[in-house]
Amino acid sequence: MTTSQLLVQGQPATQQVGGVNKIVNDFSIQVATVNGSGSQSANSVLLRSIFSMGVPVSGKNLFPSNIAGLPTWYTIRVSKQGWVARKTDIDILIAMNPETAREDVLALGAGAAVIYDESLKLNELRDDVAFYAVPFDQLAATTGADAKLRKLIKNMVYVGVAAFVLKIDMEKVEQTVRKQFAKKVKAAELNLNAVRVGYDYAASTLTKQDPYVVEPMNATDGKIIIDGNSAAAMGAMFAGVTVVSWYPITPSSSVVENLIDYMKRYRVEKDGKASFAIVQAEDELAAIGMVLGAGWAGARSMTASSGPGISLMAEFAGLGYYAEIPGVIFDIQRTGPSTGLPTRTSQADLSFVAGLSHGDTKHVILLPGTVKECFEFGIAAFDLAEQLQTPVFVLSDLDLGMNNWMSEPFEYPEKPLQRGKVLNAKQLGELGGFARYKDVDGDAIPYRTLPGTDHPAAAYFTRGSGHNEKALYSERPEDYENNMMRLARKFETAATLVPKPIIEGKGDAKAGIIAFGTSHFAVVECRDQLERESQISTDYLRVRAYPFTQEIRDFVAAHERIYVVEQNRDAQLLNLLKIDLDPAQVVKLHSVLHFNGLPIDARSITPAIASHEGASK
Amino acid sequence: MSTPAVTPKPIKTNRIGLQILDYRGGKTTLCAGCGHNAISERITEAFYEMGIQPERVMKMSGIGCSSKSPAYFMSRSFSFNSVHGRMPSVATGALLANKTMRSIGVSGDGDTASIGMGQFVHFMRRNVPMIYIIEDNGVYGLTKGQFSATADIGSKLKTGVVNDLPAIDICALAIQLGATFVGRSFSGDKKQLSTMLKAALSHQGTVLLDVISPCVTFNDHEGSTKSYKYMQEHEDAVGEIGFVPYFDDIAIEYDPNTTVDVQLHDGSHMRLRKLHESYDPTDKVNAIKMLMETHEKGEVLTGVFYVDTQKTDFTTLLNMVDEPLATLSEDRTRPSREVLTSIMQAHL
Repeated sequence: MTTSQLLVQGQPATQQVGGVNKIVNDFSIQVATVNGSGSQSANSVLLRSIFSMGVPVSGKNLFPSNIAGLPTWYTIRVSKQGWVARKTDIDILIAMNPETAREDVLALGAGAAVIYDESLKLNELRDDVAFYAVPFDQLAATTGADAKLRKLIKNMVYVGVAAFVLKIDMEKVEQTVRKQFAKKVKAAELNLNAVRVGYDYAASTLTKQDPYVVEPMNATDGKIIIDGNSAAAMGAMFAGVTVVSWYPITPSSSVVENLIDYMKRYRVEKDGKASFAIVQAEDELAAIGMVLGAGWAGARSMTASSGPGISLMAEFAGLGYYAEIPGVIFDIQRTGPSTGLPTRTSQADLSFVAGLSHGDTKHVILLPGTVKECFEFGIAAFDLAEQLQTPVFVLSDLDLGMNNWMSEPFEYPEKPLQRGKVLNAKQLGELGGFARYKDVDGDAIPYRTLPGTDHPAAAYFTRGSGHNEKALYSERPEDYENNMMRLARKFETAATLVPKPIIEGKGDAKAGIIAFGTSHFAVVECRDQLERESQISTDYLRVRAYPFTQEIRDFVAAHERIYVVEQNRDAQLLNLLKIDLDPAQVVKLHSVLHFNGLPIDARSITPAIASHEGASK
Repeated sequence: MSTPAVTPKPIKTNRIGLQILDYRGGKTTLCAGCGHNAISERITEAFYEMGIQPERVMKMSGIGCSSKSPAYFMSRSFSFNSVHGRMPSVATGALLANKTMRSIGVSGDGDTASIGMGQFVHFMRRNVPMIYIIEDNGVYGLTKGQFSATADIGSKLKTGVVNDLPAIDICALAIQLGATFVGRSFSGDKKQLSTMLKAALSHQGTVLLDVISPCVTFNDHEGSTKSYKYMQEHEDAVGEIGFVPYFDDIAIEYDPNTTVDVQLHDGSHMRLRKLHESYDPTDKVNAIKMLMETHEKGEVLTGVFYVDTQKTDFTTLLNMVDEPLATLSEDRTRPSREVLTSIMQAHL
């Protein structure tokens, strides 16, 4: 099941009511606040209330690298068509940050609406948008919350105002608040009261002037809302991870923080003992070192990091590849190089990770495009790492990892854990011994033993220096070459085991689009725009893993022009494809890039493809 | 030449029926006379004498001459020669995966006190249960003789270059950081090193042994403070170490006025007869003070400086299940279908 099929089920459309065009379930809200002002719960209530009315939503937090004080924006897209990529045009602005309010208002298109704090006098700025002035401080004071809490409670007041303006069902808002504060009844009441104060003020004072409304649909039944990092953490837990070592870094920290919560809850045994170890390491070098030490000793081990941490892991990644040790590394990509924009999204680690290390190195990479795949690949990565005896990377990004996405519920993994080729003492007894790096089965994957295996021939010497089939130190040219060629063949075996790409479209279009990860949601919307606005039909292939599989070569061969959409400057996917493809096919590839740190949106790719397609017709 | 027929000598075995041969490693490729080879010998003997099954041992190392040496002892043990300065993290991970294994790490002064300082510090702090040996020669051997961070100020390279930076005292550092068994020895002091290693095998926690191990090729000349000659002239033992393993049921008299008795985790006893008046192996501050004072005098203090048998080691601290995490069955590591359903419900 693909995500573009996942969503379109409701029916409300634009209607004429009382002479004003109603725009139903098709707009975006932006909440502009100050970082650290506690608006997260309020924004989540807004998002989930609309979701619980059956209307497709997506929420994106555009936040600064800062604890408190800098501007932050939360955008909610409401889309009856089920589009969940970012929409750059803002229809409803909730202006809570005096610092950015002016600029935010001036950036709006005509016809937008602004909910703002009365004192900011934003209505003087222009006359082609609808203004709703709200005395937030006064209203917060009437909620009865003490002074300390008023700053927080103000956020719930705007939820109430927005609920009135956008006709969000107050019953759903109430349910959402109660669910959100399930364990804190007092807090729930306090917040609910603030929502009501906002709603009542708006209902008695404001007149609806804008066309945007929410109407119930049934397009979210049975669906969940979750962020990719929580999903990845769940995947790791259901993969049976036992050793986790990490160093905090945005935007990956919540992978392990969520994992800690899940593991404490579901992986502590009746006697209170843990079936896992989670260690906060001194740095990313130590994190990956512990992962490989644990993987070598037979545990399912993982770490999660982002660009700067991945850079530090390069040396160990080479050791893992060359000494053939399993381990899973989640890379939640942010913009680089260097510190880059720590809280902004990117897909620019792809080519670096593909060959992470000095020397000839190729790594297996899984490329989740949805939260469901964060879960599924979170499981698959551990199977592949042990089957292939190599580090496996899962490349997510900030947009997928930290933002809220709708999804079908995750399915319980039916396939048992794949622990790979591990010889026990009994098998060693029958074989009389083994050669650690010998290709016995023709798939280039050798057999290994685990420390503690009780047989005199079980031990071997693991090293990152040159070795022969028996794991003995060797500088012989033929030993080095044979080993490196076997590792290359092992990568070919990997191509038969990794998730295959997903292809959408009728297959008869002349133009094809290739993308990976979160570019997916912009691509599906872009294809719709191309079809509707320019009558350009496209086929679409979403890459889900490296090494590339035959389906990708076939897809390129079957199309005249291929647009490779990705979120980096240097066309990294395209360049990796170039290495893989027949030179005659390479000329078909055209790059479509988005790399300003904000999540990709359809409008930033459609024109490039449309104009190129126009030129080639 | 004829030899008179003799009855073959009975093969000597240890308490688990293994011969010393079962503890041997590959042929060393280090220089003849290298202190590291002597240390490998002592390690081999200690494991043999303590009767430890080689298959229950993990040998960990980083990069350098010292880090090659695990290839030269105990071939039946599992060995991991990792990357430069990163043995502590790899060793930690391996022990998390299987806390039932014994672990011995071999590092050098470059591998530990320079490139590996970050990981060393945190390994000590965590009290990871492993014997961490630094084969300390004050010099980088594999890259042909540059100073390391344990070289004493004023000591000379073969080329005449004088070291103008102070040495890092790894033992003082380890004591301050939280290691629970800290000592220094000399590769040429067979009796002291052997006893110390056997006592170390009875301890549950981080054992840090800084073993001065002269580099015959690059740092054994006049002007070096890590040479055989310098050590023979300046070694100053803080105490005489005796060891009574738990499986030897013999009572040895000792004088509590002159000797400290330490009961180790496996029931063995370490007897430390004071050679220095102020010696107290349970006093951190005193231990560091003694180390600094002797160093000031140009002497090299050896012996067991500090022991703490009470502090919880890292694998115990994590409260893991009794079995190795590595081989737990799927029913204990993959939560049930119901768990997934309930998490999904919470996200509806």
